[in-house]
Formats: sequence, structure tokens, C-alpha cells
Amino acid sequence: MRLATLDADALALGLTPGMTLADARAREPDLRVFDADPHGDQDWLERLCDGCSRYTPVAALDSPFGLMLDITGCAHLWGGEEMLAREAAERLERHGMRVRHALAGTAEGAHALCRFPVGAAADEDAALRRLPVEALRLEDESAVALRRSGLRTVGDLAARPAAVLASRFGEAAVDALHALLGLGRRPLAPRRSRPAIRIERRFAEPMGSTAFALRTLEEMAAEVGERLSERGQGGRRFEALFFRSDGLAFPLRVETSLPVRDAPAIMRLVQERIDALSDPLDPGFGFDMLRLTVPQAEPMAPTQLALEGGEARREESVAALVDRLSIRAGRARIQRLHPKDSHIPEQAQLALPAVESRAPMNWPQEGQEGEPPMRPLHLFDPPQPIDVVAEVPDGPPHRFRWRKALHEVTRYEGPERIAPEWWTARDGALEGESVGLTRDYYRVEDARGRRYWIFRNGLYGAEAEHPGWYIHGLFA
Amino acid sequence: MAESVKTLAALRRHIASLEGVPASQPHARVETGYAPLDLALDGGLARGRVHEFFAATEEGGAGAGLALILARLAAGEAPLLWLRTMAAGRAGGMPYGPGLAALGIDPARLLIGAMADDAMLLRAAVDALRCPALGALVVELRGPAPLLDLTASRRLALAAESSGVTAFLLRVGGDPVPSAADTRWRVAAAPSLPLPGNGPGRSAFDLGLLRRRAGRDGLGWRLVWDNGRGMFEGSGGGRDERHGLGQDGSGREGGGRDGQAPLSGAVVSVPADRPASDRAA
Repeated sequence: MRLATLDADALALGLTPGMTLADARAREPDLRVFDADPHGDQDWLERLCDGCSRYTPVAALDSPFGLMLDITGCAHLWGGEEMLAREAAERLERHGMRVRHALAGTAEGAHALCRFPVGAAADEDAALRRLPVEALRLEDESAVALRRSGLRTVGDLAARPAAVLASRFGEAAVDALHALLGLGRRPLAPRRSRPAIRIERRFAEPMGSTAFALRTLEEMAAEVGERLSERGQGGRRFEALFFRSDGLAFPLRVETSLPVRDAPAIMRLVQERIDALSDPLDPGFGFDMLRLTVPQAEPMAPTQLALEGGEARREESVAALVDRLSIRAGRARIQRLHPKDSHIPEQAQLALPAVESRAPMNWPQEGQEGEPPMRPLHLFDPPQPIDVVAEVPDGPPHRFRWRKALHEVTRYEGPERIAPEWWTARDGALEGESVGLTRDYYRVEDARGRRYWIFRNGLYGAEAEHPGWYIHGLFA
Repeated sequence: MAESVKTLAALRRHIASLEGVPASQPHARVETGYAPLDLALDGGLARGRVHEFFAATEEGGAGAGLALILARLAAGEAPLLWLRTMAAGRAGGMPYGPGLAALGIDPARLLIGAMADDAMLLRAAVDALRCPALGALVVELRGPAPLLDLTASRRLALAAESSGVTAFLLRVGGDPVPSAADTRWRVAAAPSLPLPGNGPGRSAFDLGLLRRRAGRDGLGWRLVWDNGRGMFEGSGGGRDERHGLGQDGSGREGGGRDGQAPLSGAVVSVPADRPASDRAA
């Protein structure tokens, strides 16, 4: 076992990451060790990042240990850059985090200044030029090579012609240098894109009651509804963020199948979502800010109130039922079937979440009216293997065994031959490879009247030596 | 005498209001199209009620088919909801759109709910039944389903009555227990009337009425679904000559359940394996 990361105290004792645990214990018997959990760390960092979106809409992760906030145009709201930084640091320290921060004109600059303290400097450029070459985040070998050639600081490097550096240490070194000095630009990737509509409420005091927070949310939903109706839109997704005074933020997301801008309807869905949470919404020491955003909005015509229940009304209320069930049971649980243009039976349909699939598709009407159905009501995917007694090479089935029960075939129709989709085979694939085998389908009825859809997989002799039989569906 | 007539009418209205569905309301019943069956049910299956269908495990396909067809008859143009569990999908296959369309059930108007377990399924069913815009609801439960006790089925029946949505409770591989269902049926696949060349014909079902509130039970029919006309017919006198008698010369084993033996009208068919608890509720 090796040490993954160390805190500042351990580093001060001379321990280094990568050291074996036994060595470290030998030097420091009182070492406190925890299992490394990179996913847990990432998750925690993301939650902290969400919490930091109270300071700026552009908050990005700077994995593995950092957060990057673009506070351009935000600092004056907090009384200046330093005030904002101190407030953010204090809030994070309340979680037991050790926080270092730096402010710079570029993300790379802030990253480097935060990790390599350079002491007081005349201005930002001077401070950056005083940084060691390790701050460039180059590969270890490049950094060592730079040091060996006497280039110890970023300033030394910047004084050399870029072409020489590029030929010796690669383009990456020049790019990193330019990014650090603000000559090139690397955009930040914020965790959140700007939603269409966004409303916030800040409380003077942290709010300990969830009920009050929900009442406030309802007022906000009404305001969002007004704004949506001004734009002639309805929201398909709503996201409520409950900011806790200790810096965490709880997101609640609801999704609808039809555009909605009716506050009671939105609140009903939010309530469903809260009921479906495994942990109840915990105010902790109180919520101090609420935010309601609409990440996805779609055009929605002004509606006229129906005097009597009409078709539109019905569609709406079924959509409301779908939303409610989808939120409670999970969005993929309520499905709608969509036709797909394929001859392969199991690929002829697609079950999509009903919340997602808006307009019902037109299904092709197969077969003649009054004829028995040619396709089964239930389909097994994958098909289930059965033992069949049939004539070789291509006779119909006489009896088959499925799930330990023997079925005597009294009536059959077939074969209906369905060839594999050879045009989807990759170039160079052998015949019959990767796209499947030719299937001969039979509709059969057993002595007790049950109707099955079974097929022989492969042509006898040509495609398979002993073609297997499968049951693919049940007729009504 | 005039007074007693008035009193009677008032009492009838009172009873109708207690029962939820006004007796005089048109279309209060779902017609199956097969005259003897409709006659025995006083016009068809009652709307806004729960109807229970029992099918053996290996008859799951036929049971679902019949329940869906009846639900489509009840729903008309309104959307259908078919609630089942994930386990049902694994054991009995996934709903297949082309097959539904071939039966005359438009998949575009069908919503399918695949729930995690029976508890979630029953909760969702009650919710769905409270939505009057829904055409009909099919709830598929597999196995003994101990959660569906008298209380749970009463809850379903009340929700159905309040909204007028008809619920079809399909019990695959379950045994009848006391319930608040309006009618209770046993469903099985029946040998179809063969096509020329001895191919399987249109879907046929054996239907046994196990129990009915305020009516006769213990009757049995054999129905054939005609998806073209959208109604059931008897297995004996099909309008299509091809389905007529004498076409089936193809050496099948004869037997009591022969496809050609028309079970016309009401015959008493009490399955030997039927538990005595059927009539308990």
C-alpha cells in the first residue's frame, strides 16, 4: 500500500506521496491513514462547486483539489475581490476544508499562484514571472530538464525566444507559458451552463423550515410561470436549488412531458419528487437561498380555459399523470413504443420514456383486417432457446419443449423467412458473420390452443450445421 | 299507486347514487359485440369498475391479449395504460408494438409502465385510476401477489368508481382471493379456427365467469376476436366462410376441447381445480 495524498502537516514531516505505507509508519508511528476514495472526493468537490455557484454562474472544477471561479463582474456584489475570496474561504473552512486561494487574470495564473506561494510582488505579472517552472504543469522530465539547463523561474523562460523553447521542450511548454502569462486563452468549462430562466431568493436569516422554503418556491414558480407566458413558452424541465447556510446545495429536478407554466402543476411535481427522495430534504442550519431555473423551455401557445372537458384537456391531464408516475417511479419506467424501420423483429420498436417522447408516432397498420395477427403480442428479447422435433433440412416443427413443458404443434403457418441485414455488415466481414443468420419464423399453435412465434436460426447446412430453435414471442 | 311509483323511482335513484354509476347513464357498459355474452352481463362489462382476469402462468399471452382487447373496447379513442412489473417483462416477454397493432390496439395510444415491484405497481394503479382522462387501465400482476388483499382491491375499486375509468386486473398464475372486483373471470387460450392450410387462425379465448356481483356466475364462452370489426364473435358461426365448419380436415386429435366444438350460449363450466374461496367474497 502506498500513500496517495498527504496533508500539509504530513508533508512538513517529510513524507511524500507514493511512499509505501510501511515506510511512512516506520517514520511516523502516529500516522492517521484513510483509504483513498477518488470518486468520493470528486463527488464532494462537485457538491462544493455547486455550492460555490452562489458567487458566480461560472464555477468550474479544477480536479483533483481545486475549484475555479470566474468572478469577472461579480466581485462588487460582495464588496470587492478580497472580500469575496475571504467569504468563500470561510464558508469552505466551515466544512473542515483547508483552503488556499489566489486571484489572477487567468485561470492558469490563479491555479499556479495558489499552489506556489511567491511572496509579495509589485504586480500580478511580476508574481507570475517569479513562479518556479513546475507551475507550468509540464511533465516531470521537462521540468527537470528546464531546471538542469538553468531555467528556474517562469520569468527565465519567458525571456527566451518561443521558437527555441518549442524545439527543445515541445509546443506544450510554450502553450503553457503563454496561458500562464495571459498571452493565450484557455476557456473555463463551468459545471453549469446558463439556463433560460433563473430566479433567486435570498433570505436575511437562514430558514429552518422546509415548509416555508416550499411556500417561497411556490411564489417563485408563479413568477417563473409569468415570465414563461411572456415569452410564449412552457418549461419542460425545472430545477430548484436549495442552498444551505453551511455551503451545500440540494438540487431537485423535475421533468414534464408537455410544456408547463402552471405554478400548482410545477409544485405538485416538486412535491412528488420530495416524497420520492430517499433522505428527506434536510434544512440543517437553514436554507439561506433558493434558486429556481428552467434549463429547457419550449414554445407553448396561450391556452384558453376549456368550459367543458375537451380533447386538449384530456391530453394535458394524461400528460400530468405520466409526469407524476415518472417522477415517483423513475423516468424510464413509463414508456411509449415507437416504430423503427427494420425487418429484424426485435429492432422494429423502441421503448422510450414517455416523458421524452412527445408526439405519438403513427404505427404502420400491418396485415389485412380480419386476418389473424402475424406478429406476437409479447416478444422475448433475447429469444429463448427451445428443443424442437422437426424434419431436416427445413421442415416445420412438430413438437417443442419450452420451460420444461412439451408442446404438441397442431397448426402452423410458415416459414416466414427474415434475412439478416447484410447491408449493415462491416467491410471485410465474412458472410453470416456479425449480422446474424437467416431466420425461418413459424406461427404455431399447440394442442391447448396457445399460439407461439418460433424460429430456426440459420439455414440447415449452409449457415449452421445444427440450426438452433428459439421461441421469440407469444400471440394472444 | 302513483305515490309508490314515485317512491320506487326515488329509491332507485338513491341506490344508483350509492353505487356510483347512474343506472340510466348511457354507455355505462362496455359491449363485447358477442350477443350471448352481452346478454348474460346485462349489456356488457360495467364501466368504472374493476374486472379481474385469472390466467395460468403458461396462459399469460392469452390473458394479456384478452385484457388489452377489452381495455381498448372500454377506452375507445382515449389512451390506455398497461402497468406491469419488470419481472413480468422478463418472464412473459416485452410488449411488442407490431403485434399490438395487428390486434387492433394502436401502440401510439398505449402507455406502458414497468414498475420495480408490486407495491409500486399498486400505488401507481390507484393514481392512474384517479385520472378520469385515462381510457382504461390494465394491471398485470404475476404470482400470488399477497399485497393485493381485500383492502387494496377495495382501494382500486373506489378509485375506479370515482373517476369512471375501467380497470382490468390481470392475475397471471395467481389464485382467486376475496376482492372487491365487479366480475371475476378465468381466461385461457382456445384452439383457433384454422386458416386454409391449417394455419393458426384469429385469436380465440375460453372465458369462464367465476363470479359476478349481483348476477349469475359459473358461465362459460368461447370467443374469437375480430380485429377488423373491432368486436368479439362466437367460435361457431363466423361470418367468414373460410372459418366455417368442415374446413378442418387435417387430422388433428379429436377431443373435448376441439376447436370446432361450438360452445354456443351459456354452458356451466366449473373448473375442477377451482378453490372454494371463489365465492367467499
